[in-house]
Amino acid sequence: MIPSKFDYLRVESAAEAIAALTQHGSEAKLLAGGHSLLPLMKLRLANPEVLIDMGHIDDLRYIRDAGHQVAVGALTTLDDLTSAHLLKTAAPLLATAAATVGDPQVRTCGTIGGTLVHGDPAGDLPAVAIAMRADLVIEGPSGSRVVSADDFFLGFLETAVAADELLTEIRFPKMDGVGWSFQKFNRRAQDYAIVGVALVSGGGQCGVGLVNMASRPLRSEAVESAVRGGASYEDASEVAADGTEPSQDLNASADYRRHLARVLVGRALVEAASRKH
Amino acid sequence: MAASLVEVHIRINGSSTTTEVEPRQLLVQHLREDHHLRGTHVGCDTSNCGACTVLLDGKAVKSCTVLAVQADGREVETVESLAAPDGTLNQLQEGFRFEHGLQCGFCTPGMLMACTSLLANNPDPSELEIRQSLEGNLCRCTGYEMIVRSVRWAAEHRAGREGEK
Ligand code: FES
Ligand code: FES
Repeated sequence: MIPSKFDYLRVESAAEAIAALTQHGSEAKLLAGGHSLLPLMKLRLANPEVLIDMGHIDDLRYIRDAGHQVAVGALTTLDDLTSAHLLKTAAPLLATAAATVGDPQVRTCGTIGGTLVHGDPAGDLPAVAIAMRADLVIEGPSGSRVVSADDFFLGFLETAVAADELLTEIRFPKMDGVGWSFQKFNRRAQDYAIVGVALVSGGGQCGVGLVNMASRPLRSEAVESAVRGGASYEDASEVAADGTEPSQDLNASADYRRHLARVLVGRALVEAASRKH
Repeated sequence: MAASLVEVHIRINGSSTTTEVEPRQLLVQHLREDHHLRGTHVGCDTSNCGACTVLLDGKAVKSCTVLAVQADGREVETVESLAAPDGTLNQLQEGFRFEHGLQCGFCTPGMLMACTSLLANNPDPSELEIRQSLEGNLCRCTGYEMIVRSVRWAAEHRAGREGEK
């Protein structure tokens, strides 16, 4: 289907985008890669009156070495993430997870900022941001602020980015030899994960992000504290469903999702240990 | 609300074009309706099937999920760009012909463009790499086996490889 009518505004910088948002308020929507928004607009589930196209803001498309972090511009495409040399050593979890999102055509268009701001509990990269304890830089009319991944994902398709704000950068701590794993369980290649797990562990730290185990992207506090307390892989994976509230749908019952979370966390712990160096 | 028309400049199959479009026009509609390039198909219209795959600045995209205005200032290649003007098929198309990579042919333009993008980066892909790069393309006829073989045929017969063993 064709989206309903809207006015089209192209912006060339983050500042222009914020000015446009301030002017048009809740009638406006930002367009990045469009692979979450355009399908919703085609189904007429989203009907913005003004579409603000950020696709030409090249300044927000970068992957930079920033000391102990890697800074990624919000308009960096998923395809850029999978091929970036820096990420192969500094954040392999991010590159690997990005390579499983959708399919190649989707990754050409889809952006990291778009997928995070969409806040889909079934998204892969929100779980990575949680596991890696990423910081998210949000800019608005009164300047910029930095929010942790835990404070970013607030609810179903809801994030800390206000209507007149824009996510501009995501900062991932460098992984530097820490073990990691990304587990995604689905039935067909291009599908969303039925359940997924992003995990980093080693050097006394542990981060676990769960895909599709609640109405928002979720941290598994239970697994993290079990691992930090020296639990065996079996014992740590046993608690993977604690504190989760999985939904049920045609693909899986809530119970089956809990089962998958335990199995996938177990596999992730084993794989992460094999990668530690 | 009367949304105004937007002028877009898109280089399509090597020719510069300038067209006024409604901002909500999809790239696939733009190609098929404004430029009469009907080789690009609409299978699902929901970014699943890949029949609408074209190259945007050399990379495969699903043109049912891109607005024409997003392609402004950029380069688009469609299935019509593959064969020579006299109709001579390129190596990839030859592979699909030789290995029977199509039956009804509906998915074929998208398959060809997705594979064009693959071969541009990886001229000699393994079977697994071919399958991975076709994750976004559905075929209801061939069972994929022959499509994969067609791409391998093209890789094996690519220009400059003759005589290699
Ligand atoms: S028509 Fe575009 S993906 Fe099916
Ligand atoms: S040949 Fe018929 S859908 Fe592929």
